Amino acid sequence: MNVAIESTVDSIIERYRSDSGNLVQILREVQEACDWIPPEAIDRIERRLRLPRTKIEGVAGFYSFLYTRPRGRYRVLWSDNITDRMLGSMELIDHMCRELWVERGKTSEDGLVSVATTSCTGMCDQGPALLVNNHAITRLTRARVNEICTLIRDRTPLTDWPAGYFRVDDNVRRQDVMLATELDPGASLMAALARGAEGLLAEIRRSNLRGRGGAGFSTGMKWEACRNATGSEHYVVCNADEGEPGTFKDRVLLSSYADRVLAGMTLAAFVVGARKGFIYLRGEYRYLQDHLHAVLAHRRNRNLLGAGILGRTGFDFDIEIHMGAGAYVCGEESALIESLEGKRGTPRNRPPFPVTCGYLGQPTVVNNVETFAAAALIAKHGGAWYAGIGTAKSAGTKILCVSGDCARPGIYEYPFGVTVREVLSDCGATDTQAVQISGPSGTCVPEREFDRRVAFEDLPTAGAFMVFDHRRDMFEVARNFVHFFVRESCGFCTPCRVGTSLLKNMMDKLAAGHGSPYDFNEIEKMNVILKSMSHCGLGQSACNPVLDTIAKFRPTYQRRLEHEEFRPAFDLDRALAAARRMTGRDDEQAHFDALSEEMP
Amino acid sequence: MSATFTIDGKPVPYAEGQTIIQAALAAGVYIPHLCYHPDFKPHGSCRVCTVKVDGRETASCTMRAEPGMVVENDTPPLNDQRRALVQMLFVEGNHFCPSCEKSGSCKLQATAYDLGMMSPHYDHFYPDRPVDASHPELLLDFNRCILCSLCVRASRDVDGRSAFALSGRGIRTRLIVNAKSGRLADTDVTAGDRAVHVCPVGAILPKRRGFAVPIGRRVFDLKPLSAYVDATEAIEDR
Repeated sequence: MNVAIESTVDSIIERYRSDSGNLVQILREVQEACDWIPPEAIDRIERRLRLPRTKIEGVAGFYSFLYTRPRGRYRVLWSDNITDRMLGSMELIDHMCRELWVERGKTSEDGLVSVATTSCTGMCDQGPALLVNNHAITRLTRARVNEICTLIRDRTPLTDWPAGYFRVDDNVRRQDVMLATELDPGASLMAALARGAEGLLAEIRRSNLRGRGGAGFSTGMKWEACRNATGSEHYVVCNADEGEPGTFKDRVLLSSYADRVLAGMTLAAFVVGARKGFIYLRGEYRYLQDHLHAVLAHRRNRNLLGAGILGRTGFDFDIEIHMGAGAYVCGEESALIESLEGKRGTPRNRPPFPVTCGYLGQPTVVNNVETFAAAALIAKHGGAWYAGIGTAKSAGTKILCVSGDCARPGIYEYPFGVTVREVLSDCGATDTQAVQISGPSGTCVPEREFDRRVAFEDLPTAGAFMVFDHRRDMFEVARNFVHFFVRESCGFCTPCRVGTSLLKNMMDKLAAGHGSPYDFNEIEKMNVILKSMSHCGLGQSACNPVLDTIAKFRPTYQRRLEHEEFRPAFDLDRALAAARRMTGRDDEQAHFDALSEEMP
Repeated sequence: MSATFTIDGKPVPYAEGQTIIQAALAAGVYIPHLCYHPDFKPHGSCRVCTVKVDGRETASCTMRAEPGMVVENDTPPLNDQRRALVQMLFVEGNHFCPSCEKSGSCKLQATAYDLGMMSPHYDHFYPDRPVDASHPELLLDFNRCILCSLCVRASRDVDGRSAFALSGRGIRTRLIVNAKSGRLADTDVTAGDRAVHVCPVGAILPKRRGFAVPIGRRVFDLKPLSAYVDATEAIEDR
């Protein structure tokens, strides 16, 4: 057994050139091979990479898809975004757990299977969704869950499961210049070579392209700053760690438009003088890996990657895929770089910024998938053409990921400036109460604000557009988002590590009917602390969904404030529940209220 | 030392490359801090040293001083928030000062006193954390760990052992030791290690040394933490 583990680990380490910078990749592959990361595998990594065990265990413990304890041959993780819940995921999970005789979050006694939840897996347009051993299954129904339970009980290898389970549809519903324009794989690079690096940079600047991850930093300025920064190497990184719940555009871009994303990366390399690039692909999109390798190989064959690209001496550039392993925070660019370097995904102290001090301390451009794809269009069609689309401050188009209560969830591309109302009408949403733009860390837009526009100057977004009709309880939406931040906090800084959990407890207290105006006050105070004291954007925005829904949907909170005066979260009667279960009693005398009434 | 910036209106000189907290402590200006230590690479994780620089909050241990910076430090709003962070650390772990050998020379306790903390304010988490008493000379009490990572940095950068690290994530972040068994006894840590002495709380303590200094005469019984400005010398027997 140990010999087998050793040789498995050895071959993985050799494939990664015994480079400890690839530790996350190595651990991920060990897990794929062994179903978990056994202590013997860590022994071997420790010896072969000459790393302290603390370092290996520290990294393995950080990522939620890496297990240092056995989690079963089949590891089922249900996507727990609010949109999955609205599609009935909770009932299905309970059903699956009953069918498999396993408790949620635990491993079955025979070690066969574990069933748990994970943050949004990016399948909101075709949920409820789950991951089994990191492979996505969509459109779950009770019947499909029954079939899956049978396959698991019969120990059917994943490769023999019906291929239809793993089908992921693009669901492109509205195309604009990005999704409708044909672009030959080499066209943008040829145009760029004709213009030269300076000329290309000028076009990118002229286009007014801004980062599509949500923050909206000028792409031209970023590339120029990196180009001007001194370093022994320059790097280009594509941020495909699309973790913001409700976002799934990168999934579609990488499935069906990968060529223009890779072309965009190559253009950035041409401008900044990079020879190496990385795609940081979120672990949930593991199923895209083979496809991306094939596109990369095709581009190498066509001399669009590799040495002397399109015959230009000295223009050498190639791209490696790094897989994430379940950590939303790695979407933050400096945490992503840490993860690329094989470390825990903790955001760095900034400044310095990645453009001057990024991967391995060298100047690094990190851009969103959609930004690179847009750059490829701009290289071919020119900056002025692109700047003419959209609004004055938000050039071009934006891909929206529509999910939730609507007839046609999916991908909608619009020029910037589209109103929320237009999108709702196009996707067939009726009786809409609110839209959550850009995920939990974004903005909640109520009905009276549906004429607001998707644009950096009004509603900036990374893409998520979650629709809630009047049946939905916006308090429960906010509570789901707060639970998300708790799950995804990296734990580095005190306010976010502890504060998000405290906030969760407050929301759960309101949900349990113990709320009072005091708790409202506490939530507002917590918001100030998280916003001003947190190390990175995750903690800073963790209160947003709560404050937003308090401001816009106060009645949903109000009716939970049963008490006018402070009530402790601790409930004596609830504390007796375990004793009632143990004694099999539920009569009046076994309840605290009855006892207290009898007291003099 | 030609350039200066101001902290609460008072000019503070600094040398090129110094962080705000380095310059402040050198100039006798106290900024509350837990994970910062003058001998180690700044971490910026406890956030207790947060100050306002030109109106924006930032950790003073990671921000370099620049000429003309306007820094706010000892203000009621900042101290309120720092107190809240200390309260969070108290409820996150299991801290029972009266029974802790570190009481009186503990930076968490002293910072709480200094910031006027009268209660933990938040509901306790009461986490289920073990005590590792396996080592012949040392006691490792995870209940008191505040995840400042000073032992991690000291063991890696001074002792050359990497005996400690942080693992887990979020509220489940925890200190681990360099042994397959997970036991301190199976690491090569010794009582003389810098990592052992740098702990600001009572998480790593020498065994069989109780009440060596009587209560009432311990470091922060004599004067409050802020009066030391930098208490490193006072609490660490290096």
